[in-house]
Amino acid sequence: MQAIDFVAPTSVDEAISALAAGSGMARPLSGGTDLIAQLQEGRLALDTVVDLKRIPELMAISINSDGLTLGASVSCHSINNNQAIRDAYPALIDSTHLIGGTQIQGRASLGGNLCNSSPAADSIPNLIAHSVTCHIAGPSGRRTVPVEEFCTAPGRNVLENGEFLVALEFPAPPANFGAAYLRFIPRNEMDIAVVGAGASVVLSDDGSTIQEARVSIGAVAPTPLFVQEAGDALAGQPVSEETLAKAADLARDAARPISDMRGTIPQRKHLSGVLTQRALRIAIDRARGTNTVDELGRLNGHG
Amino acid sequence: MDMAKKIAVTTTLNGEESIFLCEPRQTLLEALRDNLGLIGSKEGCGNGNCGACNVLLDGVLVNSCLVLAPEVEGRDVVTIEGIAEDGELHPLQQKFLEHASLQCGICTPGFIVSAKALLDDNPAPSEHDVRLWLAGNLCRCTGYDKIVRAVLDVAESDS
Repeated sequence: MQAIDFVAPTSVDEAISALAAGSGMARPLSGGTDLIAQLQEGRLALDTVVDLKRIPELMAISINSDGLTLGASVSCHSINNNQAIRDAYPALIDSTHLIGGTQIQGRASLGGNLCNSSPAADSIPNLIAHSVTCHIAGPSGRRTVPVEEFCTAPGRNVLENGEFLVALEFPAPPANFGAAYLRFIPRNEMDIAVVGAGASVVLSDDGSTIQEARVSIGAVAPTPLFVQEAGDALAGQPVSEETLAKAADLARDAARPISDMRGTIPQRKHLSGVLTQRALRIAIDRARGTNTVDELGRLNGHG
Repeated sequence: MDMAKKIAVTTTLNGEESIFLCEPRQTLLEALRDNLGLIGSKEGCGNGNCGACNVLLDGVLVNSCLVLAPEVEGRDVVTIEGIAEDGELHPLQQKFLEHASLQCGICTPGFIVSAKALLDDNPAPSEHDVRLWLAGNLCRCTGYDKIVRAVLDVAESDS
């Protein structure tokens, strides 16, 4: 087993130097729930682990009228226990509560979930629904990337050699905003999504019209998909089951899944529509601030 | 194996300052068991699925197999060995005995540490809360029911 170095820089600049040092096989570490498991199983070649959790910017939670800036290494546990995030971005908790079990949430970060770039990652459709901007640092300086452009293939993303994710920036939720993330798994907890769907809406003041919407689906393509056409089809439309069904059809059309041990192509196509529709219902419910979704996820009075 | 350079790590371990040497790629679980002789934490799977190695890191429940030992520099670690106080079994340990919540015992340290984290966070959990919180701890012997009953019994005894 190859020996490695371990460094724990305390600033972004130190981390950039640490990642650039050596033979180009340094890897950043946040929660380690993917990285250490891969290292232990011999699936990952690296010579240096750069622990990012001593860098204040990577561990910061900053929430104000401009929005939320979430350090890339902040754990799901810290997010779940942050009342300001729970109040302003309740839909984010949909993801942080179901990534792994309690002890995985104690370590796993949203930044790590994004950088692991699994097509089935439970946070990424949610981040896309929330219009998140990724802040990246590296040897050539800083840059930003919209989260829907971050993943490029299974396990691959836009990070260049020596770059790392610093923070996720969430815009302030506009008035009458609501979002939701849902996934389908064949058991109650602790599984990898067969399909996941994130959705967000901005409603008119009276809650009757959808002004803007975003839809994203996961585990149905090599990367999480931003289904822009589904959101566009909802803009300006009345809140109705008919409108939501149209968006669901577009999500189903956008899905291009594979058949594997978790599900078949027809099942995943079907689920893409069903979960999109249900996530939209919950997002609308949250935007209205009323409890109009029944236990089956149906909008009251809309079948 | 290459000769790895060793790192000295200073941590608070079960309430006492502790300094140990580890290799950079050793996990906290390996350091606890192999370097520090604290063999209460078990390796079930070694990849974060089973919870047998669970410890509290700064009070937060984590899999010690998914923590690198050098990461705990300056941090507070509580293992199963730190759960009993002054030679007295913790109420969770006592209730696990009374309810026969173990057979082979490999998963038990992880369950006790996880259950302690739950009761620290939520002293009056429902059965659903207990089952959800413990979903990351696997047991092949008991069928979980006796474990859940022991945890609920501790919660009810305290309230």
